[in-house]
Amino acid sequence: MTLAASAAPLKRTPLYDVHVARGAKMVPFAGYEMPVQYPVGIIAEHLHTRTQAGLFDVSHMGQVRLSGSSPDIALETLVPGELRGLAPGRMRYTLMLNDSGGIIDDLMVTRVEDGLVLVVNAACKDTDIAHLRTELGRIVVIDVLGDRALLALQGPAAAAVLERLLPGVATMPFLSGAAIGEFFVTRSGYTGEDGFEISIPSAQAAEWAERLLSEPEVAPAGLGARDTLRLEAGLCLYGHDIDESTNPIEAGLAWTIGKRRRDEGGFPGAAAILATLASGSGRRRVGILPDGRAPARDGTIITDPAGNEIGAVTSGGFGPTVGGPIAMGYVAAEFAAIGTPLNLLVRDVPRPARVVKLPFVATRYYRG
Amino acid sequence: MSELRFTRDHEWVRRDGDTVVIGITDYAQEQLGDVVYVELPELGRQIAQGKEAAVVESAKAASEVYAPVSGEVVAVNEVIAGDPGKVNADPMGDGWFLKLRLADPAQFDGLMDEAAYRKFVAENG
Repeated sequence: MTLAASAAPLKRTPLYDVHVARGAKMVPFAGYEMPVQYPVGIIAEHLHTRTQAGLFDVSHMGQVRLSGSSPDIALETLVPGELRGLAPGRMRYTLMLNDSGGIIDDLMVTRVEDGLVLVVNAACKDTDIAHLRTELGRIVVIDVLGDRALLALQGPAAAAVLERLLPGVATMPFLSGAAIGEFFVTRSGYTGEDGFEISIPSAQAAEWAERLLSEPEVAPAGLGARDTLRLEAGLCLYGHDIDESTNPIEAGLAWTIGKRRRDEGGFPGAAAILATLASGSGRRRVGILPDGRAPARDGTIITDPAGNEIGAVTSGGFGPTVGGPIAMGYVAAEFAAIGTPLNLLVRDVPRPARVVKLPFVATRYYRG
Repeated sequence: MSELRFTRDHEWVRRDGDTVVIGITDYAQEQLGDVVYVELPELGRQIAQGKEAAVVESAKAASEVYAPVSGEVVAVNEVIAGDPGKVNADPMGDGWFLKLRLADPAQFDGLMDEAAYRKFVAENG
């Protein structure tokens, strides 16, 4: 047995004491001390989120407001998303790109009264903010909302629970946002379930987390369950499934490029990305279902049935709702069709698997 | 009469004559979390002390189970292959991994007894 250990000065979210009081196992993640799981364990937390509601602390993520004159036009110079057409109160998934079309980060953008609110990955937030300041700092006002926590309430009971505490949220459609007093609530998440992300002033975060956890349907869920839930939902994890060496087309994220943006370009790497869009990419991100029981982790080599290397796994593990191992990875385009047989080299032994459609578990977003 | 020993890698090993039973400790299973997969060695394989004997995977990660002593694999626990959760539920009992024919009793005698292991976990856990 080898058990990992680490020691470094870490930041804490406003919910640190809530996690510790509930017996969470705290681990270093993106510079923060975060709950990876609670005593019931990842599988139970995952299944509870799929059947009732899980509460996740995602306060480590970056919350940034862009305001001033036309922050949508400004941000469109860094992302391929259609932001000028984003209606007030609507939210969109987009990608910050580098000049060769590689992905610097993936983020959510919501149009609010006085501009745009961005939620970016914890591990990327310092570089993202520096990038925003360098590229847009003279055009728009950039406020890092560092004194706010972010809670994600996810699962089929999330709407009924949050409606009791914040009346009106139950009818918000998927990918919309609304300010409610000092809170900013969006109908969004990273689990494939219906749910909300609630931005709260840090000083009120612990009290609100306890209030949500006291609702009978709600149980705390950690980063471990967040990862198994998003993998079953086929959602990318930055730094694994997408990074600066992957472009949106091969990642299967061409849908994030708005029609007008395809016609006009004007985003980093546009020439390369639009050329790839026309010609097809040499490799594709696919869902992979191992035939056997052995999980294939990030980095596992993928071969064709003859043993030729054709790609690698970028996310993989055990899917509690699927009840077995699942993975995502990149394969050469000719092996990307649904049903294509592959081998996964786990501990140097080829293990049969096949390409499957994503997601592994059907999403259940609230469309109104 | 059986005797129980432990390793610094959190395996336990119970000797019964010239055979030893090997598994992971309660501390190890708790650190791993939900066990979702185990891979067991082939019968008849010779494994040297400290070498990989089995693999245990939790929802989070894969870890190796090392042979606490050298020997030939004479039995593996197929029950945990079908129901890996048994490793969490009963790590020192139904959740055992494999049995080895003990090659060198001195290797067994050189391992920690229960009191020493408890102290080791308390100091290093």
